[in-house]
Amino acid sequence: MTEPLLEITDLRVAFHARHGKVRAVDGVSLTVAPGECLGIVGESGSGKSVTFAAVMGLIRPPGRIEAGRIRFAGRDLVGLDAASYRQLRGRDIAMTLQDAQTSLNPALTVGTQIIEVLAAHGEGNARARAVEMMTMVGIPAAERRLGDYPHQFSGGMRQRMMVAIALSCRPKLLIADEPTTALDVTIQAQVLELIASIRAKLGMSVVLITHDLGVVADYCDRVAVMYAGQIVEAGRTADIIGSPRHPYTEGLLASVPDLHNLDRPIRPIEGQVPDLIDLPPGCRFLPRCPKARPDCAKPVPMRAVGEGRNVRCVLT
Amino acid sequence: MTALLRVENLVKHYAPGQGLLSRLLGQKPRMVQALNGVSLEIRAGETLGLIGESGCGKSTFGRAILRLHEPTSGSVRFGGTDVLALDPAALKAMRRRMQIIFQNPYASLNPRKTVAQILAQPLRLHGLASGAELQERVRAMLAHVGLRPSHAERYPHQFSGGQRQRIGIARALILNPEFVVCDEPVSALDVSIQAQIIELLARLKRELGLTYLFISHDIAVIGYVSDRVAVMYLGEIVETGPARAVLHAPQHPYTKALMSAVPGGGAEDRVRLLGDLPSPMDPPPGCRFHTRCGFATDLCRSTVPPQRALQGERMVACHHFPETPP
Amino acid sequence: MKRLLPGRLAQAAALTVLAFVLLAACAPLVAPHDPADTDLFRRLQPPAWMVNGDWSYPLGCDALGRDILSRIIYGAQVSIFIGVVVVLIATVIGVMAGLAAGYLRGWVDRVISGLVDILLGFPYLIFAVGLMAMMGPGVLNMVLALAYKEWVVPCRVVRGETLAARETEYVEAARAIGASGLTIMLGEILPNILSPVIVVATVRIAQVIILEASLSFLGLGVQPPTASWGSMVADGRAFILDAWWVSTFPGLAILLLVLSINVASQAVRDALDPRLHD
Repeated sequence: MTEPLLEITDLRVAFHARHGKVRAVDGVSLTVAPGECLGIVGESGSGKSVTFAAVMGLIRPPGRIEAGRIRFAGRDLVGLDAASYRQLRGRDIAMTLQDAQTSLNPALTVGTQIIEVLAAHGEGNARARAVEMMTMVGIPAAERRLGDYPHQFSGGMRQRMMVAIALSCRPKLLIADEPTTALDVTIQAQVLELIASIRAKLGMSVVLITHDLGVVADYCDRVAVMYAGQIVEAGRTADIIGSPRHPYTEGLLASVPDLHNLDRPIRPIEGQVPDLIDLPPGCRFLPRCPKARPDCAKPVPMRAVGEGRNVRCVLT
Repeated sequence: MTALLRVENLVKHYAPGQGLLSRLLGQKPRMVQALNGVSLEIRAGETLGLIGESGCGKSTFGRAILRLHEPTSGSVRFGGTDVLALDPAALKAMRRRMQIIFQNPYASLNPRKTVAQILAQPLRLHGLASGAELQERVRAMLAHVGLRPSHAERYPHQFSGGQRQRIGIARALILNPEFVVCDEPVSALDVSIQAQIIELLARLKRELGLTYLFISHDIAVIGYVSDRVAVMYLGEIVETGPARAVLHAPQHPYTKALMSAVPGGGAEDRVRLLGDLPSPMDPPPGCRFHTRCGFATDLCRSTVPPQRALQGERMVACHHFPETPP
Repeated sequence: MKRLLPGRLAQAAALTVLAFVLLAACAPLVAPHDPADTDLFRRLQPPAWMVNGDWSYPLGCDALGRDILSRIIYGAQVSIFIGVVVVLIATVIGVMAGLAAGYLRGWVDRVISGLVDILLGFPYLIFAVGLMAMMGPGVLNMVLALAYKEWVVPCRVVRGETLAARETEYVEAARAIGASGLTIMLGEILPNILSPVIVVATVRIAQVIILEASLSFLGLGVQPPTASWGSMVADGRAFILDAWWVSTFPGLAILLLVLSINVASQAVRDALDPRLHD
């Protein structure tokens, strides 16, 4: 097996709030191989976005990386100085954010914003490259639209523009944080297919953060399911979606209606996500788990079950 | 089955907020054509799913039939009553029978009121209960939507999104309405909570004999909850029919594109849409979908397609599909 | 109290305001002399710590021999009364007008906003001077003259907040259950926009106190023999070089009260702004 491009080991991130310490990420370990697409699935508060904010060096007080290692292309990222991080961001790792409406500066033309990024990373012919990137993401008449402001773009075009900016420096890793949540299905499909085709063309790795298991099924090689700051199950997409081993993954799959099988009844997960300040010592899914047993109250380690597959559950 | 609600040729045009410059230049505001002659029938006891992408006018439709937004023209008949002709007093009485559940459980509850106050208000306004009876009905409604009596004295910010949505549902149902507009009721919720609310809405419908207009952009959810569906594009209905028939064998090219874009079906053989959504201020002539349709012909560019009735109570507004009309 | 007024300065300011209010309320009990008691033998008597001073007249006496400390205490009554009453009237009118304009829109908004724009076109003091000249001096007339224009301030704040609040889903929900416009304005919108209204009202009390002092300084306000800080400053002008205390002490009283109100209201604003919490 090749050396992973990104390797996160036992990452812990906490936010200090007035009423206690919020353990947003609590012992996350994962790897992303070169050229691979990894899906991160979880609901709000699962820690999926915070994990990758840590990779991008974007954890600011009151947040703090308490422990763990993040290695990217042979370099340790935790504790890296600000200047090196700026070099890394954009050129080697790029991130697209959930909300393209607010992630573009409304006061600058889109051309200025993409050329700025290219110039900052020492791209010679920034303008020509900007046009090339915009054409690649499917913005028609890119040359002419360089002078447009973000409000003159539709929602889908803004999202594609974000992808163009993120990809303009040919990063090795693209982190797409909920790239489609704010979009309609038809535009969502356009953006995801765009990311997939560019990934194939440039051979970059992609981390797709989402709450939508359907998106993962269509685009990801492997998937990690997160719950309350921990990975509860990880492995090949087909294995996990086909035969989930963790009750939370099972519950998640059973709780969404399937357009292709509308006769399957949906089954909600009862209860609510636990308070990250006041976490039970054992399995975090215990209060909502239909299969809970007495030994679930003890800390549950991640266990390997079969090839490249890990589950955090006493039942496996 | 009889139609509980019959909407005919509903039109809603409004002037968007104008920029300072265009106002100074004395430019005439261009009208947003949010609804452009929508006709729909909702039958007693059914759930009609209304699908469409943002900006297509589906939320405007839900509010226009309740007269939360006054329609420009058309007719809305609810159980024989002409809703658009009601005077304020009669409209207030009608509101007991037609209710709405909102998308955003964080914005739809007044942050300064306790749950008890929020739920008591409809009963007080309509003079339906007071004193001990009012308290009892509030408690009963809370239990109905799966909340505890002790929740009554709390404020909205003390609840999670799913619990707030339960409060919003309780407020809509405490007047015992016959018909409820569910405007994206689960879109703002986490996946595992969505299922709880969908189940709750289904149970309440069974127990209380409700009729729903369920508005959503999530096609799988629509498919799961609806008896019939209507597909909306740029303020017009392009296809209607029984939910499974429409979703599994869509006829209109737009419905086909929507279905194939739903994730989970594999990324291959998608029907792709061309370009971007046109502005509702300047909709294309002829078939409004022709600018993005891979099958568009000159006919589509010049002539508005007729609404063609198909077998099995289906309707499609397209010149070319299905290819062999019944 | 701690949450409402963080910081020593804010607490000191709040205590100062409270002290002025108490002094004004209990003026007959705490004032050492009758504020109208003249005695030409005490004409321009200096403060107690200066030569010829006397501790029974600690801040000295004015040109008619009246005790300055007592007049300041009674003057506080006038200032605070006018400040509070004018702002109270203006807030009630402004809130009603602002709610109506912001919620009902249409011609109601055009009429109210037009009126607001016209009133804002006049400089405040000149507007008040003109009105006082027409109506004649006196406490009641001064309250009216100031309130005529003061309501514009809360009105603009409330109109803006209402415009934003009327688009919220909870307002739409209230309409859906059949609530009338009045119920929505008073029951749904008003409780949610009260914080900025309170903040504006506290700041404006200080402004109105200054305006009252200005009008009285110009001789258009409270009439003698009633003590008013503004007229006291005016009375002392002629002797400012020989008997500085006649103007200075009432001037300092205005400064201290207005400054304290402003500092305290800043703290109230911070406490009421939910964006600064959690």
